[in-house]
This record gives sequence, C-alpha cells and structure tokens, in this order.
Amino acid sequence: MKAIVTVVGSDKVGIIAKVSNFLAEREINIDDISQTVLEGNFVMMMMVDLSRSAERVGQLKDELDVLGEQLGVSIAMMHERVFSAMHRI
Amino acid sequence: MLFSPFEIKETVDMFHHQKLDIRAITLGISLLDCASPSGPESRRRIREKLLRVAGPLVRVGREIEAEFGVPIINKRVSVTPIALVAAASEEDDYEPWARTLDECAKELGIDFLGGFSALVQKGVARGDQNLIASIPRALANTDRVCASVNLASTKSGINMDAVREMGKIILEAAALTADRDGIGCAKLVVFCNAPEDNPFMAGAFHGPGEGDNCLNVGVSGPGVIKAAIESCRGASFDELAETIKRTAFKITRMGQLVGGEAAKRLGVPFGILDLSLAPTPEVGDSVARILEEMGLESTGTHGTTAALAMLTDMVKKGGVMASTHVGGLSGAFIPVSEDEGMVAAVRAGSLSLDKLEAMTCVCSVGLDMIALPGDTSASTISAIIADEMAIGMVNNKTTAVRVIPVPGKKAGDWAEFGGLLGGAPIMPVHRFSSEAFIARGGRIPAPIHSFRN
Repeated sequence: MKAIVTVVGSDKVGIIAKVSNFLAEREINIDDISQTVLEGNFVMMMMVDLSRSAERVGQLKDELDVLGEQLGVSIAMMHERVFSAMHRI
Repeated sequence: MLFSPFEIKETVDMFHHQKLDIRAITLGISLLDCASPSGPESRRRIREKLLRVAGPLVRVGREIEAEFGVPIINKRVSVTPIALVAAASEEDDYEPWARTLDECAKELGIDFLGGFSALVQKGVARGDQNLIASIPRALANTDRVCASVNLASTKSGINMDAVREMGKIILEAAALTADRDGIGCAKLVVFCNAPEDNPFMAGAFHGPGEGDNCLNVGVSGPGVIKAAIESCRGASFDELAETIKRTAFKITRMGQLVGGEAAKRLGVPFGILDLSLAPTPEVGDSVARILEEMGLESTGTHGTTAALAMLTDMVKKGGVMASTHVGGLSGAFIPVSEDEGMVAAVRAGSLSLDKLEAMTCVCSVGLDMIALPGDTSASTISAIIADEMAIGMVNNKTTAVRVIPVPGKKAGDWAEFGGLLGGAPIMPVHRFSSEAFIARGGRIPAPIHSFRN
C-alpha cells in the first residue's frame, strides 16, 4: 500500500533526516517528497511505499507519534486512496 | 508530487483539526428467516445469525481505521423490525427479543443495535401491538437496543391511534428509567416516512424491502463544513452554497471509499451512504455553530430556517454526485442535547420548541433529543408527534420525534444522558390542552398530492 506522511511543525535542523532514517530502518521507500511553508508552518509531505515493510500499519502509526513528540512536530499517515478520493475525480 | 501541498494539508486538517470521521458503519441484517412459532427457538436463531454475520464487523472496522487513517466512530447493526419476526411466535411479550439483541450487541462489541421496531403507518397488526406494548420495559432492561415506530407516511396518512398510543409509551419509558433522567426515551424514535436503510441510531432498522444484508455508512463532519465556510465571511450566498457543496463532495467521496472497502472485506453488498451532518456534544462538532457562522448571532433567531434549508440542500447536492447510492436521511441533524451549539442557543433563550419545529421542515430528520418537563401529558406528547408527522407527510420527507419527558424535572432544569447523547436544558411546552384532539383516534388521510399514479 501507498501512504502519505505529513510532518507539520516549527522548522528545525534534522527533521527530514530523522524521519527518513526512521522510514529506511523499516524498509519503507520514499517515492516522492516535497517541503514547503504553509501558514507559517514547516510542512513536509512524503508519498511512501509500505509494501516491503513488515510492520503493521497501526504499530507504525504509534511509532510515528512517538517520533513526532521527540521532534516537537505532528506526524500523520493516511492511505493514499483517501487523497485520491477527495481530490481526483 | 501527485497531490499539491494545499490538497494534502486540507485533507489532513479535516481529520486532525475538524473532527471529520465516519460516524457509523451499520450492518443491516435480515431476521425474517428467524421467525418461529416458538419464542426461544426464534431467539436462538437470531442469536446464531447475528453472531455469525456481524462477528467480523468490529475487527474489520478497526483494520480499516488503522490502514486508511480514517476514524470510524461507531460500528453498529440494524435488523428487520422485530414486530415482523416475533409475530410468528405464540408469545405476546417481546421484551425477551430485546434482551437477546442486547446480549448479542455486547458480545459483538457494538454500542447500539437498532430494529426493535414496528411499521404501523396504516394499521397495527398483532405483532406491532405486542412490540409497542413491550417497548418501555425493553428499553429499561437493555442498554444497547434502539426502538423505532413508523407512525405515518405520505402514501398512507397518519395513524392517529398509534400516535395516541406512543404518547403514553414515551411517558412509560421515561418513568421506568426515571433514575437516569428518562434515558429509555433517548433510545426510542417515532417516524413519518422512515427510511429502510438509515445507518444512524436510534432510528436504524433493516427494512423488509432490503436484501439478506448490506452495509450502510453514515458520514459526518459539521466541523469541516464550518471550517470551510469560515473562509467565506462576508461572501454572497452563491459563493457560500458552492463552498458547502464542494466540501460535502469531498467528505462523501471519503465515505464512499471507506464504506465500499468495509463492505468488500465483510463480504456483503454496499447499501447506501448517508451524508448527514451529525453533531456530537464536543466543541467543534456542532451544526448550530455552522448556522451561526453563516451570520446568525444565535441559532433560533430569524433567518435560522433559511440557513438550515440551504445547508441541508447543499450537503445533499455535493453528496449525491460523490456516491453511487445515497440514502438514509442525508442532510443535517438538529438534535439539542447532542449539539453543544444548540444547547447554548436554548440557554441563551434564542431557540424554542416552536422554532425547532419550523426547522424540521427543512432539516433531514425532526425534533431530536429534546428534554421536556416530566409532567408533560401523554396527549401533549402525542400532539407534538402529530404536528411533526404532518410536516413529514405533506412535504414528502422523513420526520421524526425523539423527546424525553424527564421525570421529576421542570422547564429550565438540566437533564443529563451521558456520552454521545449529551445533556440538555428542559424546554417548556405549550400549556394549552390537545386532549380532545388526540382522543379522536382514527387516521388522518394521506394528502392529495400523494396520489401520483
């Protein structure tokens, strides 16, 4: 499955590195990545491929929550199909 | 990137800041094949079927929640109106059926099971009579069973004998749960033009015209609509309408995706998507606050009916295009106790029972979760029901009444129902009698425009 990971918060050194590292450790490939500042917030978006990851999605989310807390940002992960349904006809 | 940053942020914000969720996935299950001359045998069949068919419901719901990142708040079951199933038995008391349903709901881990119901818009059969008489005890002695009775339809008119009876039943249901502010009545709704595929409680049942089973989905999202129209401050109604419609479309597409996936994994047909804006007592999840965002100082003031009419219509228009099958109630719910903004409006003195009645002409349901003084007479409750049934019958729409006469309390007191049901200030009713009107009985004939053949 493909999912979209978003990281929102105040900008600081190493956010991209730490999140990418977290994903790499779990065999999760980043297909696409973009980063911007929206309404004063650092926003990073990644399309990721979970097909090689052995972890269950629920567990992955819990771990992403923990990582987000450590970095002081909010990390969300949702199925790519939710975005397709809403924004593509 | 496949999606623009704005699109991604919009979707993530809907779930993380504006409380968008799938309010309910409701598995409709036919129990027509569970009828038996023996009550115990009928209940054994019901139990076996419910646990077998609905067994995976909660697990599948949780899996989809995790995988899609979309919260599914309630997993529920609706069944064939029990009056139809139990009628074959030799027993007259249907409370044991309610207990069986309650036990199954608890074993399945679902919060509500709907279908302790009867359809009596034209006449009351033996099974219907038995079921109605059992409702107060059934609701007092179970926790998760919901009851509903269809009293009227555009095609059949209003069954005023049944309307009179339900006034008494509602008072009795309140009396038997007096220690919990009459909570029995919060699980009981009467309808005109009840939909057979409604996924929302307390009125969900699996109609006799439905197949063996199907999955119906209720999507909510008052917070998302409110956030969307915050960007339209000062804009004309044309722009406001367009914004609501676009937002409803996106919400519904998400519901269709999740509902379709759930149906596939459960191995049942996808029924309908109900795109109602259903509030909860939480701040940020209120329909009243949407109306106020449109420019009303407090819900209930002049202009409220027009605001609600547009909201309901635009939600429908956005949703219809986004789903293969739209059904149920689809529109906006205006319960009092379940909506923090409605409660505030009642407290501020801007929202009255009469205004709520006017609003039900254009919302998707009716008088919902309204606490009344405990000394309200049965005939007054029946008369409130009759008014609401008339609105539904003449306007060819679903209307409903779910009122709670709170034992021992008077207008202005607070009634607390807890959880998603919330709490509400008790609203006064008219002090003039409707006794002789309700005493007449019989049927109010169907309106002339129902004869379309």
